[in-house]
Amino acid sequence: MLTEHAKVMKALAAAGEITGRKKLQKMIYIAKKLDFPFYEKFDFHFYGPYSEELTCRVEELCALGFLHETKEKKSGYVQYRYTLTEAGEQFLRHYDWGMPGLDECMQVMNEQNARFLELVATVLYFEHLPKDEVKEKIALLKSKQRYTDEEIEEAYEYIEMLRSQCNKKARV
Amino acid sequence: MYPGGQLHEEKVFKDPVHRYIHVRDKVIWDLIGTKEFQRLRRIKQLGTTYLTFHGAEHSRFNHSLGVYEIIRRILDDVFVGREHWDHSERLLCLCAALLHDLGHGPFSHSFEKVFHLDHEDFTRAIIVGDTEVNAALRAIDSDFPQKVAEVIAKTYPNKLVVSLISSQIDADRMDYLLRDAYYTGVSYGYFDMERILRVMRPREDQVVIKRSGMHAVEDYIMSRYQMYWQVYFHPVTRSAEVILTKILHRAKKLYEDGYSFQTKPVHFLSFFEGNVTLDDYLALDEAVILFYFQQWQHERDPILSDLCQRFVHRRLFKYTEFHPTNEQMTKLIELTNLFKKAGIDPDYYLVVDSSSDLPYDFYRPGEEGERLPIYLLMPNGELRELSRESVLVDAISGKRRTDHKLYFPADFLYDLSTKRTVKKKIMEILKG
Repeated sequence: MLTEHAKVMKALAAAGEITGRKKLQKMIYIAKKLDFPFYEKFDFHFYGPYSEELTCRVEELCALGFLHETKEKKSGYVQYRYTLTEAGEQFLRHYDWGMPGLDECMQVMNEQNARFLELVATVLYFEHLPKDEVKEKIALLKSKQRYTDEEIEEAYEYIEMLRSQCNKKARV
Repeated sequence: MYPGGQLHEEKVFKDPVHRYIHVRDKVIWDLIGTKEFQRLRRIKQLGTTYLTFHGAEHSRFNHSLGVYEIIRRILDDVFVGREHWDHSERLLCLCAALLHDLGHGPFSHSFEKVFHLDHEDFTRAIIVGDTEVNAALRAIDSDFPQKVAEVIAKTYPNKLVVSLISSQIDADRMDYLLRDAYYTGVSYGYFDMERILRVMRPREDQVVIKRSGMHAVEDYIMSRYQMYWQVYFHPVTRSAEVILTKILHRAKKLYEDGYSFQTKPVHFLSFFEGNVTLDDYLALDEAVILFYFQQWQHERDPILSDLCQRFVHRRLFKYTEFHPTNEQMTKLIELTNLFKKAGIDPDYYLVVDSSSDLPYDFYRPGEEGERLPIYLLMPNGELRELSRESVLVDAISGKRRTDHKLYFPADFLYDLSTKRTVKKKIMEILKG
């Protein structure tokens, strides 16, 4: 019952606080690509993989009082912060299962900024393609972000690091 | 321009929504004739909705032709010769429109949920794989199938092309609203599509609407809102879907437990084992699924048999409102325990189902809004986001509506010949 909602809450609980909707979307997408059992559907949008279902789940959790959303005015835009509320923590107690390795993974990702996670998520979205083609895609679809070759290489290394770290943790 | 080739004579399909669907490009005619596209005749557009609105028997084939026709009218009657529109993209747009739902499976909403599949992956696999559709597209150019797949996946660089097929006012939505309203027999899905098509204008990144067409767009957005809550999220339809989903879960569980089926689930094996090939996927249609449901009514497993009888004979679950607060969650846990005591397996007979919709939203710069807004083209040439001009749209912008319901088999609970006290207690809690 409401298991998919609970999974999103577990991810947020592990991260502590997530700043930005974009960051939250990319973190869940990356976790899904690392084989954590998130089943939201993702499509390719302006900032890379995006899930309307996930947006919907987060809004519902806020409306139910399980997540706390704060808005912060930045120059020219609004930034959102998400944390679990006390009611949310209480709700999570109904779900006594865990996702081994998720906490570590969410914490590691939360240290990165949204721009880099957007790149990592985009690389993962096109990972069925050879690296050169992925680079072409990024240059074409993300021209405004002006990602460099070094950043793309860094994203590949980061994915490798996440995979080995999360798998190791999941086996413990 | 792609060397598409034209038919000697234009072909037309009679269509109850658009009156006629016109085909003059050979590739479109060839695609319609492929076995992968013909398969869409055997997949209903609205899944289990026919159990609520008996007219809703139309297929994804009808809808796909409808989306194609809308795009054809936009490109050939409105966009041709206009600034920002590159007419060499015409055939690509038409093919993407026709094939956008190609990967949908039978009752895909439930299927995808249970087996963790994504129909969009199959759309891509059919288009770029070893299929008749791929062969028809390759006749245009060897990289043409890839381009069509990219438009549908929204990764094609020309955003105007993508927005025609997928945006908040696209050909897909316009066709399904009108078509679903027609077949379900409801009146609130109608809006003036002809008017909207006439006032559409191409811009570099997306389609915009002339200010004079604003009221037609308001009508379209309200139609969408009504259709979602009156038809798509109808609680009875959701009850049928809950049962369908539970049948698939039960069959999978029995298979994993080594249960010996009287009617072996041959067509489901790769789905149960998580190694579905494209051929397996294409072999499934609604006729195949319903055949199994018919047969499984006679299985020895009482849960599978009961659920299949419910689906086939439309003996659906009843429902009550459920707002998942901590208090309600405690009640749900109590109900789960009482169901177990009553000998009714809560994993299959006590189900929370949620539906949610956001009728219109606009992109907030710098954040993950991700919805490309509808822009109005003002008389002075400037673009204005729709909700800034329309009081009506402003009132519903960004407002999500969610509905949670708790489904259960009331007939089991009304049968007080066994476990009378427990069942009475369950009914008391459900009545709140």
